[in-house]
Amino acid sequence: MRRLGAVMSALTVAAVAFAGEIPTSERRSGYDFMSRETRAMQDDDTANPGMLWVLEGATLWSRKIGAAGRACAECHGDARTTMKGVAARHPSFDAARGRPVSLEQRINTCRVDRQQAPSLAYESRELLALTAYVARQSRGLPIDVAIDARTQPFLDAGRATFHRRQGQLNLACAQCHDANWGRQLAGNVIPQAHPTGYPLYRLEWQGLGSLQRRLRNCLVGIRAEPYDYGAPEMVDLELYLMWRARGMTMDAPAVRP
Amino acid sequence: MASALINVPARAKRGEVIEIKTLISHTMETGFRRTQLGAVIPRDIIRRFVCTYNGTEVFRADLHPAISANPFIVFSTVAIESGTLVFSWTGDNGFSATESAKISVE
Repeated sequence: MRRLGAVMSALTVAAVAFAGEIPTSERRSGYDFMSRETRAMQDDDTANPGMLWVLEGATLWSRKIGAAGRACAECHGDARTTMKGVAARHPSFDAARGRPVSLEQRINTCRVDRQQAPSLAYESRELLALTAYVARQSRGLPIDVAIDARTQPFLDAGRATFHRRQGQLNLACAQCHDANWGRQLAGNVIPQAHPTGYPLYRLEWQGLGSLQRRLRNCLVGIRAEPYDYGAPEMVDLELYLMWRARGMTMDAPAVRP
Repeated sequence: MASALINVPARAKRGEVIEIKTLISHTMETGFRRTQLGAVIPRDIIRRFVCTYNGTEVFRADLHPAISANPFIVFSTVAIESGTLVFSWTGDNGFSATESAKISVE
């Protein structure tokens, strides 16, 4: 009897797992799943540790670097106006590479091509600081990635990755984040995985991290081989997640448990 | 590179209790962790935080290894006179950072 029960519940889980995407009206940011204390930490700019990176990013923005001896500010001016909404539009299509690129990749391309400086390592303090500074300028704006004939195939690839079972646990992202959000995974509530606030300060990390770092965490969690930083699969998945969260409000740099 | 965020009310009434928030960038490495090769990562923490108000010490805290990275310290003091609040953090490996904020008291 007990075995039958187990089989039945396994079947129920399987049935739920094939349920479709979350309806637009039911989407909730990770912010809504947090405790009152953690929300208060994010909402107060002097308590949000992510602002330390934003502060550093503002310094780097106007520092002359590279063989060209040029600062970001010399071309882009005041980030508070010129970078408004930029993070909400990424990943975006890059004609030279013929594929979408993440915000981190865009910053590095600019560094290498325009400033003639060496590109920054993923998750390095400098790259996170610049990304956080740029992303901060999109706070309060709706996520709006451009999906057209050029980006559609990459969006489809990202969607396929999201729904593909992988790793030793044989789990797909969708099984937790589409079918079982709001339920418990050990001590934590499973969020819907909307990337509204990246790069964000995660209390567990005691530091700022990118969306790709978070995705790698999740992949290791299901015992799959994580994709490399900047890997095409990673950017496609990022594109799909941003499209899935289209219209939701950006809150970078966010704080998450 | 040290950077800090300070939140002090710009103006206050004489005798009013004011709340001061400070956040500083620091790894606060405990000294108990090891690398993948087993070597101990040396301790690197902020040891002491001091706040002076027009030269008088109004708040001091000793910090220890269990305190999280980027320590956030909130405390209160009484607004006595207009002037400057100076915040200083000192710690391992010669770490030292100073910030100041002005307050006007009516």
